[in-house]
Amino acid sequence: MRKAILPGIIIFATVAILARLFYLQIIDDEYKLKSDNNAIKIVYDYPERGYIYDRNGKLLVANQPSYDVMVVPREIKNLDTLKFCELLSITREEFDKKLKKAIVYSPRLPSVFLPQLNKKEYAAFQEKIRKFEGFYIQKRSLRDYQVNVGANVFGFITQVNPAMIEKNPYYKSGDLIGKQGVEEFYEEFLRGRKGVKYIQRDKFNREIGPYKEGIFDTISKQGDDVTLSLDIELQKYGELLMKNKRGGIVAIEPKTGEILALISAPSYDPALLVGRMRSKNYTALYNDSIAKPLYDRGLLAEYPPGSPFKILTALIGLQEEVIDPQTSFFCRRGFSYGNRFMKCHDSGPSQLNDGIYKSCNTYFANVYLKTIQKYPKPAYGVDAWSNHLKSFGLGNFMGYDLPPGRRGHIPTSKLYDKYYSAGGWKATTIISNSIGQGEVLMTPIQLCNVMCAVANQGYYYTPHVIKKIKNHTIDKKFTTKHITTIDKQYFPEVINGLFDVYNKGTASRLRVEGLEICGKTGTAENFTKIDGKRVQLTDHSIFVAFAPKDNPKIAIAVFVENGYWGARIAGPVTTLMIEKYLKGKITRTDLEKRMLEYSLESEYAKVLSGQPFSINR
Amino acid sequence: MKNQSVTSNLDWTTVLIYSTLVIMGWINIFSTSIPIEFTTFDFGGYYGKQMIFILLSIPLIIVILSIDAKIYEKFSFVFYILGILLLMGLFVFGKTVKGQTNWYGIGSFGFQPSEFMKTGVSLLLAKYLSDAQVFLKNTKFQLIGFAIIGFPVLLILLQPDAGSAMIFLSLILVLNREGLPEWYLWTGFIAVVLFFAALLIEPLYIIGAIILLMIFHYLRARRIDRNPIAYLVVFVASTLFILSVDFVFDNVLEPHQKDRINVLFSDNVDLKNEGYNLNQSMIAIGSGGLIGKGFMEGTQTKGGFVPEQHTDYIFTTVGEEWGFVGSTVVILLFVTLLFRIIYLAEQQKTKFSRVYGYCVATILFTHFFVNITMLIKLFPTIGVPLPFFSYGGSSLWSFTILLFVFLKLDANKVNEW
Repeated sequence: MRKAILPGIIIFATVAILARLFYLQIIDDEYKLKSDNNAIKIVYDYPERGYIYDRNGKLLVANQPSYDVMVVPREIKNLDTLKFCELLSITREEFDKKLKKAIVYSPRLPSVFLPQLNKKEYAAFQEKIRKFEGFYIQKRSLRDYQVNVGANVFGFITQVNPAMIEKNPYYKSGDLIGKQGVEEFYEEFLRGRKGVKYIQRDKFNREIGPYKEGIFDTISKQGDDVTLSLDIELQKYGELLMKNKRGGIVAIEPKTGEILALISAPSYDPALLVGRMRSKNYTALYNDSIAKPLYDRGLLAEYPPGSPFKILTALIGLQEEVIDPQTSFFCRRGFSYGNRFMKCHDSGPSQLNDGIYKSCNTYFANVYLKTIQKYPKPAYGVDAWSNHLKSFGLGNFMGYDLPPGRRGHIPTSKLYDKYYSAGGWKATTIISNSIGQGEVLMTPIQLCNVMCAVANQGYYYTPHVIKKIKNHTIDKKFTTKHITTIDKQYFPEVINGLFDVYNKGTASRLRVEGLEICGKTGTAENFTKIDGKRVQLTDHSIFVAFAPKDNPKIAIAVFVENGYWGARIAGPVTTLMIEKYLKGKITRTDLEKRMLEYSLESEYAKVLSGQPFSINR
Repeated sequence: MKNQSVTSNLDWTTVLIYSTLVIMGWINIFSTSIPIEFTTFDFGGYYGKQMIFILLSIPLIIVILSIDAKIYEKFSFVFYILGILLLMGLFVFGKTVKGQTNWYGIGSFGFQPSEFMKTGVSLLLAKYLSDAQVFLKNTKFQLIGFAIIGFPVLLILLQPDAGSAMIFLSLILVLNREGLPEWYLWTGFIAVVLFFAALLIEPLYIIGAIILLMIFHYLRARRIDRNPIAYLVVFVASTLFILSVDFVFDNVLEPHQKDRINVLFSDNVDLKNEGYNLNQSMIAIGSGGLIGKGFMEGTQTKGGFVPEQHTDYIFTTVGEEWGFVGSTVVILLFVTLLFRIIYLAEQQKTKFSRVYGYCVATILFTHFFVNITMLIKLFPTIGVPLPFFSYGGSSLWSFTILLFVFLKLDANKVNEW
């Protein structure tokens, strides 16, 4: 027994030690992590973000250096807080707040203490940085905008938030990421790839060489430059024209689907969202719930398209062979159906051509009626009709390389079966669709895309804002033709009608010598809620066009909120934009002067005044 | 005529394990102490000096093995007294490092007499217990046995060096092997358990538990063993002991000793101060994984995060760079060595050799146990070196002497009758 005591103790101790080692070394991962945190310092080398150019090679967005003050809370030692705050011109309270935030993120990982010092602040601080243990400067590159337009297209750069870091481990606290617009959509190309260096440290935090001779290190890769399809001169001009108005302009090159201009008014200078004032400015823009400068009206605003929709009604009627160009309908200042009546400003007989240029409601109501009634049941008719519309990319996300925008809306028989119970409706019930006032909703970019398809006589490309990415090819979906369900043969007559809108129709006063523009006016009723009551506001002014008539180079959709009828504001703006793009200079200086000076601010103020007001004046 | 040659009677198994441990130790010391950019072999560095210590231990071994085995028994008292004098001399000539006066400084080398005293005490203890007259059931002999161990312990406690003192106290196990009544060991064991229990649990609960145990014992015991006075004595003694623990902890223990106990039991310690060493040591060992980070690839080792890594904390390098596999190999080597020594001790023909062998095994085991368990949060931090492994001439040579004296005695057993 006595002999066994020492061996017994030895065996017991050995088993205990081995079990403990097994737990520490194999089961518990915590120490591996702690060891890395201890001894390995990760240094990032941020590449410069790719530049952004316009279609003519003009530099739009470049970079400027910026300096973030980073902190590793655990490593702060003997800090002269007073002096530190003084140098960075922050208060003691701000200091405590920021430090606390950093500690909450992580006491041992670096996080941004104060972002985006400018050169002067950096110079002053950099001299003293050695004295502030635990703090260091991280150089990054910030955007330097060469133009003060196009904010909605570019998007902006922001610091990643914890949710983004969680989602994509590439990003670390303080990293910058593109948000909205091109910056977000082409983030992976523009940002490049940051380089990582693992450096081994000793217990005094001194760097003692590369970790594992640098086998895990990577070299940073410069961001790829991006060329946009925007014509920045056109974009500038459009934003200028839209001053003091609200609305959107979308201009697309029909042959390629390249977006030439995407204007949303009011807008803001993209430079506002750079530097230390970024978050303050962003908050101000975000909180402006009246003008909504961050709301991209070209992509997000869904409206009943109004008269421009008549183009589609006509095309579908021709395709369904319920009319031919010579089919004539008689207008008696309106269209009666059942015991109801749809007003029209026209009278007398109309064929396709003058139906379009006079924008005769009666003509299109009849076309629509015939289209739906061609089928044994109205449900079949509506579904055939909505399939034609969908082939123009309507009623769904278009898949362009900008924030997704809205679907718009194309009704199907299902919807009406729900509204009116199956069989409880017929063609006349939904007659407003014929003139774009029913359940159809479209965004300006969809409207513009329809004009592209018309200009191309039956096909379109998914609109996109990218033209070239250095070292890469652009997404195939932007070079894939989408064919509409309308045969090519039906387009010329409709195009002639659109051409005559300028010659003898609703836009005859907007003609430009030497330019063959095809267009269509539109006016859309709209409503808002004031104190919970539905109130009608002054109509939206809408205009769509493409030019030149043969070999079209630009298709455009313009809508101006509460601008009243189409030829009043949207028409002139469209005409000027086309002239600017095709001719490079403006001959209709009278129109230009009027449009530049035109302000709808009083119109917008009315709604907010709290006083009763009248509309459409 | 029996074979007189030492080399043919030497237990080469033990020598092989010894050499393996020493070489492994050197490899790990090399890893802890080379600069990042290793260019030339530097004899001024720890690994260089340790190399010299290792080489010098060869002539030392030859000398030990050459001396007549009888000398060690005959002059055991002289060795002991010499050790005591050296320990006393420390109070006059000793060098004080970190509050401890346990070194003689000779040039750049140091000499720690308490290390060599382990051999002295073992020899005298063996000599004393091998006396046929000495019978450990007898209180007088018990007291002399305790005194042989206790005298140097007292001197070492005055340095103060609680770690070394503890090593000497472990020799009570040897007394136990040679016939010391069992209750000494049990009392000691129970006292240690009660001490830590009292630090962790409310004293009232412990006293309650003791009463329950006594009732249980009373019900199970034979009538003749139901001695009310014994129960009373046990109860009063343990209660007083428990109640005194707080006082001892607060007033007798040094602040750093209190910290070391706190660090062991609490998760809420300052990892920058009192908790630093243990934390870094656990990180080094724990981050090693199954096969370790590789020789000279330990980030904790290279970064110098573990303090005193070449001496008391040398095993953290093993854990970090060689992982669980390497650690297991080292531990099994130690265990094999210990069992080999115990086996050889039991084979001895003289009681002197056997007792001495037990002393060697006990001392080596205690070092091994305390050193490794303190690194992995199984035992309070007590600064003792890992035998044969840790950097240091005094340490290496004293363990070499301790072990090879035994090997000499063992090799000589064929000459005994």
